[in-house]
Amino acid sequence: MAVTDSLSRAATVLATVLLLSFGSVAASHIEDQAEQFFRSGHTNNWAVLVCTSRFWFNYRHVANTLSVYRSVKRLGIPDSHIVLMLADDMACNPRNPKPATVFSHKNMELNVYGDDVEVDYRSYEVTVENFLRVLTGRIPPSTPRSKRLLSDDRSNILIYMTGHGGNGFLKFQDSEEITNIELADAFEQMWQKRRYNELLFIIDTCQGASMYERFYSPNIMALASSQVGEDSLSHQPDPAIGVHLMDRYTFYVLEFLEEINPASQTNMNDLVCPKSLCVSTPGHRTDLFQRDPKNVLITDFFGSVRKVEITTETIKLQQDSEIMESSYKEDQMDEKLMEPLKYAEQLPVAQIIHQKPKLKDWHPPGGFILGLWALIIMVFFKTYGIKHMKFIF
Amino acid sequence: MGLLSDPVRRRALARLVLRLNAPLCVLSYVAGIAWFLALVFPPLTQRTYMSENAMGSTMVEEQFAGGDRARAFARDFAAHRKKSGALPVAWLERTMRSVGLEVYTQSFSRKLPFPDETHERYMVSGTNVYGILRAPRAASTESLVLTVPCGSDSTNSQAVGLLLALAAHFRGQIYWAKDIVFLVTEHDLLGTEAWLEAYHDVNVTGMQSSPLQGRAGAIQAAVALELSSDVVTSLDVAVEGLNGQLPNLDLLNLFQTFCQKGGLLCTLQGKLQPEDWTSLDGPLQGLQTLLLMVLRQASGRPHGSHGLFLRYRVEALTLRGINSFRQYKYDLVAVGKALEGMFRKLNHLLERLHQSFFLYLLPGLSRFVSIGLYMPAVGFLLLVLGLKALELWMQLHEAGMGLEEPGGAPGPSVPLPPSQGVGLASLVAPLLISQAMGLALYVLPVLGQHVATQHFPVAEAEAVVLTLLAIYAAGLALPHNTHRTQAPDRGWMALKLVALIYLALQLGCIALTNFSLGFLLATTMVPTAALAKPHGPRTLYAALLVLTSPAATLLGSLFLWRELQEAPLSLAEGWQLFLAALAQGVLEHHTYGALLFPLLSLGLYPCWLLFWNVLFWK
Repeated sequence: MAVTDSLSRAATVLATVLLLSFGSVAASHIEDQAEQFFRSGHTNNWAVLVCTSRFWFNYRHVANTLSVYRSVKRLGIPDSHIVLMLADDMACNPRNPKPATVFSHKNMELNVYGDDVEVDYRSYEVTVENFLRVLTGRIPPSTPRSKRLLSDDRSNILIYMTGHGGNGFLKFQDSEEITNIELADAFEQMWQKRRYNELLFIIDTCQGASMYERFYSPNIMALASSQVGEDSLSHQPDPAIGVHLMDRYTFYVLEFLEEINPASQTNMNDLVCPKSLCVSTPGHRTDLFQRDPKNVLITDFFGSVRKVEITTETIKLQQDSEIMESSYKEDQMDEKLMEPLKYAEQLPVAQIIHQKPKLKDWHPPGGFILGLWALIIMVFFKTYGIKHMKFIF
Repeated sequence: MGLLSDPVRRRALARLVLRLNAPLCVLSYVAGIAWFLALVFPPLTQRTYMSENAMGSTMVEEQFAGGDRARAFARDFAAHRKKSGALPVAWLERTMRSVGLEVYTQSFSRKLPFPDETHERYMVSGTNVYGILRAPRAASTESLVLTVPCGSDSTNSQAVGLLLALAAHFRGQIYWAKDIVFLVTEHDLLGTEAWLEAYHDVNVTGMQSSPLQGRAGAIQAAVALELSSDVVTSLDVAVEGLNGQLPNLDLLNLFQTFCQKGGLLCTLQGKLQPEDWTSLDGPLQGLQTLLLMVLRQASGRPHGSHGLFLRYRVEALTLRGINSFRQYKYDLVAVGKALEGMFRKLNHLLERLHQSFFLYLLPGLSRFVSIGLYMPAVGFLLLVLGLKALELWMQLHEAGMGLEEPGGAPGPSVPLPPSQGVGLASLVAPLLISQAMGLALYVLPVLGQHVATQHFPVAEAEAVVLTLLAIYAAGLALPHNTHRTQAPDRGWMALKLVALIYLALQLGCIALTNFSLGFLLATTMVPTAALAKPHGPRTLYAALLVLTSPAATLLGSLFLWRELQEAPLSLAEGWQLFLAALAQGVLEHHTYGALLFPLLSLGLYPCWLLFWNVLFWK
């Protein structure tokens, strides 16, 4: 009897120990999951989709942008968080044999225009100035909310641009251009104003890789449809409509995204367009990005995934003391700044401009200047004779 | 010192030019002809390509299937036309309205300067009928035109039938961004001219046309169609227009892409396209096509309705259906599909056609020579005139300087030797007389036709032509110079210098706008103009000069044209054709504003008479 008693007691103890260990393992598993909950660092998603060319024969650029819009909306980003800029209206162009539609696949398989598209910047409103104002947030107060990019420092932004481009520029509306330097500066302004957490920049134009060469702000990943010196090619013409419907790179991206759902774990390394499909060589730039691309989910940028985990256990979150102290200091500072900043004072430009000019280091005159002066002196003495030398020196 | 300011060097240069002048002239002339002949070979002739981005590389699906309907319309039209004798206006109006177009008519009338024997008309009055298909979702700011010219000699009933069937098909489509005007004209080109003048609100040819009630916007492009049979074996395209103007090459490229797509047999100047351009056969056939195009462009006639559209900078082509003895035939559906495709592509245009060439030569339907490559040919020919003029100038100057030194002219205030002053006065008379003859040649035939018919048993048209020839020949018998000079050499040399410069200026200006005419006249007139002088074998030079006069060039080119078309003429036929061509030339000047007649009579004939004067200088 005592043996059975001891045995049963041992079994109970063992069971309790096992249960506790399982419980602790389970608890730590949940804590790991909780850690993973905040892995990516962003809390909201935005998308800025720009089509920069007009005219009927640039149908494919509008179809490109609308297909990315469609995918992004399907994966969860709402219209209030999408800024869609289309430079021309293909759906209602008098040459469209199927009015109110924009197709991306031939034989009219997929109408990317749909019936709930919301275009924020349309027709002649798509200009370089408006695009830069959207990005940097320097927008007049009368701008409606749907035309603003109201991102914060925890937003992941997808920026997609398509149109006609060249080495270092992208053409807007056949009348102006944006250069890669301007774009890089705009992104730097966004970084300094804490307007993004991470940025994915996709461009589908000829020589698209030149547009991301000049970026210098952190947390930007860039994809382009072709290298410098290469043209991006269009995909398929539709003989009933009479134009090319899509570009190859975006067609591949669309097909890829059609297989993504909000729960998929596909990462950015899978988004590579093979040469047989794209013909041009797509490029990418990840040196400014702090995470490894294979840890970046597609839905981090293309979707807006609300992470919900249901658990019945309580989780003890570790307080990070450093964060607590710095946030306390910020609170104190905020109390001092009581007046709201006005529009003109968002960036203290006045302080910057009226600074004393920095003393530049003195450099000896370059070869050109020296040569020029030597030439002048030689000519002078040749014309007037060497005897004048004694009056100079 | 400088080359031209140093008297020693200048004399050396002068001696060089004088000594080498004849070989240089011969070399330059041969170079000009050789350059022209080399235009058909591959580095100078290039493949055509579509330059307009909006018309793009994508093909559109054609869905026209109204062949039966077109044939039914054609039969009805032919029957009504036979019954009424003229254009069945009421039937056309009814049918166009039933097809769904906005229909309007326009009446016009014109009294020709003298009766037209080829078309048998004198007092012309008729009605044009046109229907407008409005673009469903666009403002009516631009339009395209499909026109069928109906005359008494060519009924074009199948073309009218196809036009109506195409209108019915087009009316059912919603993708038109431009209005389409379907125009049927009476008395073919006269009706087209009346409609165009009323559409653009101008009056350049004295046509009386009623104003248009309905208008469609600026015309971007036009296609004229001529079909007289139910089936065709090939489609011939005509590009040369009034005064040698040409449509934008992109329109021809568009037609050619649809020929290739539909597998149609398309010809240019009635000749098939050579396949092989690397061996000699291809370029030789290309040379024939090129020469035919040069002759047609030089004549300055509108070779179809399209020629009249070009004046208003509306790009236009004429398509003619040819029914020959080939095995494989195409029906109206194939032609309709090609037209549908062309119009659909033209619909995509955003601006007028301007990306491709406006001045070109065509050795074949898919090959062209651009203006930058063919201009040197005429440049070399005109260089001969320049060299000759330079030589004469130097000879005159030397002779003047030679007279000065022994004469010891008093004081430095006489820059010109006295004999040159007399020379200038003696130049004025021949110039005035030859210009007066030219003016008589221009004005008298048409003015004096009634007087001529009263005195001679001829019809008015014959009277005009015979008066032309009479005045032309009378110019040869003019008195030549008014008074003797002490240095007769200087007189004719001065006159020849002026004549050479005059000829060079005229040919240069002509070649800029109508290269073919300039080149043709330069090939014939330049050698004899350079050779003309009173010394030497006078009869030989006279015969040569007559053989290269403008009228003889016209005669020769007619023979050449028929020879190239493989339907050679006998002498009698050729002479008849020549007389008819003279009458047509005068008539077309008065009815359409063609410039060949005034250019030849007021410009080149007086110049040629000056050389005749030089030849017979005493």
